[in-house]
Amino acid sequence: MAARIGIAVFPGSNCDRDVHYILNNTIGVEADFIWHTKHRISGYDAMIIPGGFAFGDRLRPGIIAAHSPIMQEVKRMAKDGLPVLGICNGFQILVECGLLPGALMMNDSLRFVCRWTNVQVTNNKTPFTSQFALRQKFGIPIAHGDGRYVADSKILKELKKKNQIVLRYTRDNPNGSTDLIAAICNEDGNVMGMMPHPERASERILTVDRSSRNNNNNSGSSTDAITIFSSLVSNLKQKAMP
Amino acid sequence: MKMDVLTKKELKYLEQELKRKANEIEKDAVGAQWSEHCSYKSSKKYLQMLPVKGKYVVVGPGYDAGVIDVGDGYVLTVHIESHNHPSAVEPFGGAATGVGGVIRDIMAMGTRPIALLDALRFAPIIDDNHSVAKSKWLFKNVVKGIADYGNCIGVPTVGGEIEFDPSFQDYCLVDVAAIGFGRKEDIITNEAEADDIIVLAGGPTGRDGIRGASFASKTLEKEDRSAVQIPDPFLEKLLLEATMEAVKQGCLKCIKDLGGGGLSCCLSETSDNLGKGFDIELTKIHTRESHMMPNELMISESQERMLFITDKPKLSILQSILDKYGIKYSIIGTVQEHQDLIVRHSGKVIMQMPSHLVAHAPLADRPAKRPSYIGKLKRVKRPLQPSNLGKVLLSLLANPTIASKRWVYQQYDHEVGIRTVIKPGAGDATVMRLDNGKFVAVKLDGNSKHCYLDPYQGTLGVLSEGFRNIVCTGAEPIGVVDHLQFASPEDPEIYWTFIQTVNAIISYCRFMEIPVVGGKVSFYNETAKGPIKPSPVIGTLGLVESESSLTQMAFSANESIFIVGHTQPEMGGSEYYEYFHRITGGTVPQVDLKVDRQNRAAILNLIRTGLVSCAHDCSKGGIAVALAEMAIAGSIGFKVQLDSIPNSCKQIDELLFSETQSRYIIATKDPENVHKVLSAKGVRFAEFGKTIPTNIEFIKGKRDMIRLSLKQLQSNFYLLERILQS
Repeated sequence: MAARIGIAVFPGSNCDRDVHYILNNTIGVEADFIWHTKHRISGYDAMIIPGGFAFGDRLRPGIIAAHSPIMQEVKRMAKDGLPVLGICNGFQILVECGLLPGALMMNDSLRFVCRWTNVQVTNNKTPFTSQFALRQKFGIPIAHGDGRYVADSKILKELKKKNQIVLRYTRDNPNGSTDLIAAICNEDGNVMGMMPHPERASERILTVDRSSRNNNNNSGSSTDAITIFSSLVSNLKQKAMP
Repeated sequence: MKMDVLTKKELKYLEQELKRKANEIEKDAVGAQWSEHCSYKSSKKYLQMLPVKGKYVVVGPGYDAGVIDVGDGYVLTVHIESHNHPSAVEPFGGAATGVGGVIRDIMAMGTRPIALLDALRFAPIIDDNHSVAKSKWLFKNVVKGIADYGNCIGVPTVGGEIEFDPSFQDYCLVDVAAIGFGRKEDIITNEAEADDIIVLAGGPTGRDGIRGASFASKTLEKEDRSAVQIPDPFLEKLLLEATMEAVKQGCLKCIKDLGGGGLSCCLSETSDNLGKGFDIELTKIHTRESHMMPNELMISESQERMLFITDKPKLSILQSILDKYGIKYSIIGTVQEHQDLIVRHSGKVIMQMPSHLVAHAPLADRPAKRPSYIGKLKRVKRPLQPSNLGKVLLSLLANPTIASKRWVYQQYDHEVGIRTVIKPGAGDATVMRLDNGKFVAVKLDGNSKHCYLDPYQGTLGVLSEGFRNIVCTGAEPIGVVDHLQFASPEDPEIYWTFIQTVNAIISYCRFMEIPVVGGKVSFYNETAKGPIKPSPVIGTLGLVESESSLTQMAFSANESIFIVGHTQPEMGGSEYYEYFHRITGGTVPQVDLKVDRQNRAAILNLIRTGLVSCAHDCSKGGIAVALAEMAIAGSIGFKVQLDSIPNSCKQIDELLFSETQSRYIIATKDPENVHKVLSAKGVRFAEFGKTIPTNIEFIKGKRDMIRLSLKQLQSNFYLLERILQS
């Protein structure tokens, strides 16, 4: 049976349609929108919590969405070992609902920042990074106001010990994240949250740097980020095979 | 607050037409609609002469947004608006609600907004002679307001322009344009029958923005915060998704956004457009506060509200969609066979008059007179040429009007929606991909300094710049929108500049055979410190047929550099005169329409045949700044020989910094064929240099006129970050 991916949609989700487009049109895997009020989810092999401003970031980013019916189902699926990926606001939601440790705070610049940056793969054992080489570097855009990953020394020690830091920014730290953290996973590796947007760097037309050496930090020349999605799909396919 | 919103003459006309006295509520409601902001009473006579038809135009000006056919069953919608008065008082909320308003205009056509652009104008932020604290505060908060709203609603803010000029002291111009995209068959054509149901959906009506339209139709003498609306982008996002779903389900016969003038304008314009009457009950409206007066309900400009008209069978579908998104709504009335706007409060009729009468203010007949300053400023003494021209170039690059706007556009999510193919800062215009494999190029341009000295030539120049910007990305222009901003039209000298501006748009667009698909006029942009300079802003749209034509502006290694166009000593209103020498005066660049068209066709031909690797127009700061920008974008230097540039300048500073129109700089790896094409096209051009690593060099004869390192250029070009982050 072909793999199916669910995309959680909250009032205020903005990147749901972008992720849907990339999965269905670029990767070629079936992906459906699932509205946040859904109490029972069945027939899905993985979930993606997309970026945006769920519930308008009221109270604080991700907190209201974390208490929605769909997230109770996502928690169950995570417990069952199914892959769950949170992107940007999705990362914030996963942290707020306790699936991932730490917190995401306002950028150290105190401003929203939308630009390209570079990350390095520090764990290629997760279902989202298995097709990357360890320490592989690639360009990817970010767009967030609250993307500064913060964890106390105890959590940080645990994250390092259990190899839960999956992506790190290289050199320039766009938001002041602790230890340059761009993505982390849970202990089992099946739940990952990342601030950068792989769906914005998965097609050549969006990333081709018509001006090589552009130092504008405004476009990149890499579609390597698509490996996040292709790793996931290849893992789902492997699982489907007995 | 009591404001006499109708003039005595207008009241007399109204009561003559009604054949009775108007009551207070009627006076308020009609006053909102007959404000300059909503009625165009000073501008309509001239706007009617704009060319609006074209082969791509589906719906022209007059609707909430213009509609352009881009083939394969798809359409683009476009609209531009300003929010100047509110932004000058409360920059964050004023700018944010400006974004919200223009997005609703796009939604009202049944299309999804895919891009936002902003043209902003402020007083100088680094000039020592002025109090810069206020303009800095306005600038920072306008940008934050736009960012917060656009980012939250998930519509990318992809481009725009920013100009600084002392005439905006204690004030600012905030223009927002939005582009929508959709299926042609989904366009809402606005038809209704008797007994159809009128639904008011979205934010509750409160006492914010009371008389906002009238506030915007007077000069800004007193800061009136109660006339500024409160933004809620999350609610607008819900309205957007609900509207798109309702359009898809075919349950909307008519959509109208509530903007300036509130319900009063919305009802009278919609009823008049439909040619049908409305019967409205005000007590049905969901409100934010209790005990609102009927006239407050009619003219409140509370944000994030839409008017929907549906029929009885489809009402339940619309209701279930609005419920799904948790959007509050009220069924406020029905469509009637007659043509009156009837408004009730608890059943009692409080207003009844023909919609046509309300929707059409009597046009104002205003005298116009050529301002005396125009002749006086034409002749100014030519300044001495500075000995260090490199210093001039560095100073111009750090001029906030020219400097990189990276500090601004990195606060805007410009990539959401995964359509942004040529991104801010990378090319002369932003390019978005469409679902049919084509691309749309968009750009906003303005030049208040040129338009002040010569509104006619200045406006031609703004149009020429817009067209050049679009063409440099590989696009063919398909339409423009205009936003015309002036001080009080009651001043004959100001009014004259408005007429000149409209005449210029008519001449340019007729000659180029490009339609004006939408626009807006904003008068009374003045404070106690004086009137603003005439500030038309032009939005240009172009279509790129294939990906291979997409062109950016960055230099690459081992390229030959060409200039197309003939440089003349046209220094009036140039950044070199105004910013470096502090001179206001001189002759502004004159547009030769034939040459303009010819040069543009030659460039488009070169781009489409793949002979050019980058292209950039010469505008603010002239040849020197254009070359520097291309070098910075590509992190590569250049060496150019000034002698070969076609020109009639007497001094090198004029050649370097003149802002003559219709000029382009291109670079190529195939100079031989570029020569052939340009010669065959009969345009003035020259190959005048090559790209080289790390340095920039301007040479005359054998002398180095300017020699600088790329690092020096970059450090000045990215100045905004440093002065705004501190």
